[in-house]
Amino acid sequence: MHTIVAIKQVPDTTHVRIDPETGTLIREGVPAVINPYDRHALEMAIRLKERFGGTVTVLTMGPPKAAEALVECVEQGADRAILLSDRKFGGADTLATAYVIAHAIAAIQVEDPADLLLFGKQAIDGDTAQVGPGVATRLAVPLITYAMRIESLDPATRTAIIHRRIEQGIEVLETTLPALLTVEKEIATIARAPLPNLVRAAHYRPETWDATTPVPFDPARIGIKGSATIVSKAFTPPRKEPGERMSVAESGLTRVVGQALQRLVTAGVLSSAPATAPRDESNA
Amino acid sequence: MTETPDLGAPRIWVLIEQDAGQVHPVSWELLGAARRLASELDGEATCVEAVLPGYGVRHLAAEAFRYGASRVYLLEDPVLALYRNLPYALGVSRLAQTYRPEILLIGATTLGRDLASTIATQLETGLTADCTELTIDPKLRILAATRPTFGGNLMATILCRKHRPQMATVRPRVLPLPEALPRGATGEILAVELDLREADLPVRRLRLIPGAERLNLEHAQVIVAGGRGLGGPDGLTLLRQLADLLGGIVAVTRPLVDAGWISADHQVGQTGKTVRPKLYIAAGISGAVQHRVGMGDANLILAINRDPEAPIFQIAHLGIVGDLHEVIPELIRQLQTLRAGDSP
Repeated sequence: MHTIVAIKQVPDTTHVRIDPETGTLIREGVPAVINPYDRHALEMAIRLKERFGGTVTVLTMGPPKAAEALVECVEQGADRAILLSDRKFGGADTLATAYVIAHAIAAIQVEDPADLLLFGKQAIDGDTAQVGPGVATRLAVPLITYAMRIESLDPATRTAIIHRRIEQGIEVLETTLPALLTVEKEIATIARAPLPNLVRAAHYRPETWDATTPVPFDPARIGIKGSATIVSKAFTPPRKEPGERMSVAESGLTRVVGQALQRLVTAGVLSSAPATAPRDESNA
Repeated sequence: MTETPDLGAPRIWVLIEQDAGQVHPVSWELLGAARRLASELDGEATCVEAVLPGYGVRHLAAEAFRYGASRVYLLEDPVLALYRNLPYALGVSRLAQTYRPEILLIGATTLGRDLASTIATQLETGLTADCTELTIDPKLRILAATRPTFGGNLMATILCRKHRPQMATVRPRVLPLPEALPRGATGEILAVELDLREADLPVRRLRLIPGAERLNLEHAQVIVAGGRGLGGPDGLTLLRQLADLLGGIVAVTRPLVDAGWISADHQVGQTGKTVRPKLYIAAGISGAVQHRVGMGDANLILAINRDPEAPIFQIAHLGIVGDLHEVIPELIRQLQTLRAGDSP
């Protein structure tokens, strides 16, 4: 069983802040992490290796620093890690990124065909959810997005039954293998890295592939040149005029709440009668 | 495709998303946007058209005409009865290769995100996901698609200069629902053969495990939302009491979902849902941009927060600086008194 996992190193967006003076993004000091959904994809691949034997290959496209993320994947149990890194890959949109990842996966598969390709459902920096589907389409393998459980998988008959979350509930799909899954966090829980892996990872150096070696990429389809979209403008979301504000400490609880309630009544937003309104059953 | 298409007029296409014959309202929101873009482009010369894949869905074309489509491409085939990535994508992509629309808009739903990415790859074109604003760039006369990025901390306007169609997805409720034309509004139905066999398709649905009654946060009139300031799951109980009194629904920020206090379908924000209720009560929510992009269009925002510097006060119409654990019980008490006075 060979599983290939594609990951992305992303800035931890919960730490991203805007400089109030300049209105620009402050990137300094923002920790880089493995995209959270990708960690769960990797963990699923490791569970499959434990069950069926075989190997896990992990790859990423990014700057040299992204090698850290790959070493972390080896700590978790990946066998082989490949960093796709070249200035020529830089500035890629999802179209060009998916081309690079798909081309690399095709090259890996020449020696070692994969049974399964796993991606996180989206990356938390861009949130586009486009690269996984783009890779599946380029490689002409079945795509199952928002996968949250592998009910069964049979490497011998090359089929799998996958649960995916959709708006109407959970869709249970049967697919042929190899297939590409983009996964939700529930796909697998993250285990602590075992000690032998930590020892191995301490000395592990990921392979680095550039735009020409060991596999040539089509120069017209990578980086900015291979991108269909460009960012014409980036700006911080506009601020609105602040509204009316009251303070409990200054005016007292009863009075503040009374005034607020009066405002809601005046605005006509309290019109729906509670008895006939739909109840929130979320606690059930 | 048998007919030789007239490529004369530029086209803006909208994908009509349906499940078991029910159209997802985001499709009509997008038809409204397409009409606006067409008039920004050049008025009458640009056609607004709809693509309708499915099986037994012909009757939905009449609705598409009422929301402004002048033509409906009807892709009907048994293999399209349930949504699947491959046959849907192939059907739409082949159609686009024949009729060459300038713009293709798709709802950023689970189905739409899955489908749009595949179509964009098959057509080797650019796709901008989860747009919050669509306009025409005044100089270049092409689509300018604006979306939040970096977890909503930054907005980016994205152009697709050379590749066609220019593709974008927009989440439900981000755009207003347009007024429908009177019944009887009509247009042209163009039925297109798909020519795919079930045996050639690699994925099939075995069953559907229906979700619990779907939480309709997107269309709720009143939402009572909480953030980290709730302090613990007990804070949610307070929210629920207030929501019940107001006939509203409870919503939360992402950290509460990540902490496992409540299911993800209650999450509002960049990675959750977009809502536009009449009243949005934000209790103990600091107001990070990630959350604000999901609720900034509410008619009336009431913020309750101990921290007078909390960014939520920048967008709130009404702000109470105070502890939610005092303010909400008092709100509940006064509301009950008010209601008791209303109905003897």
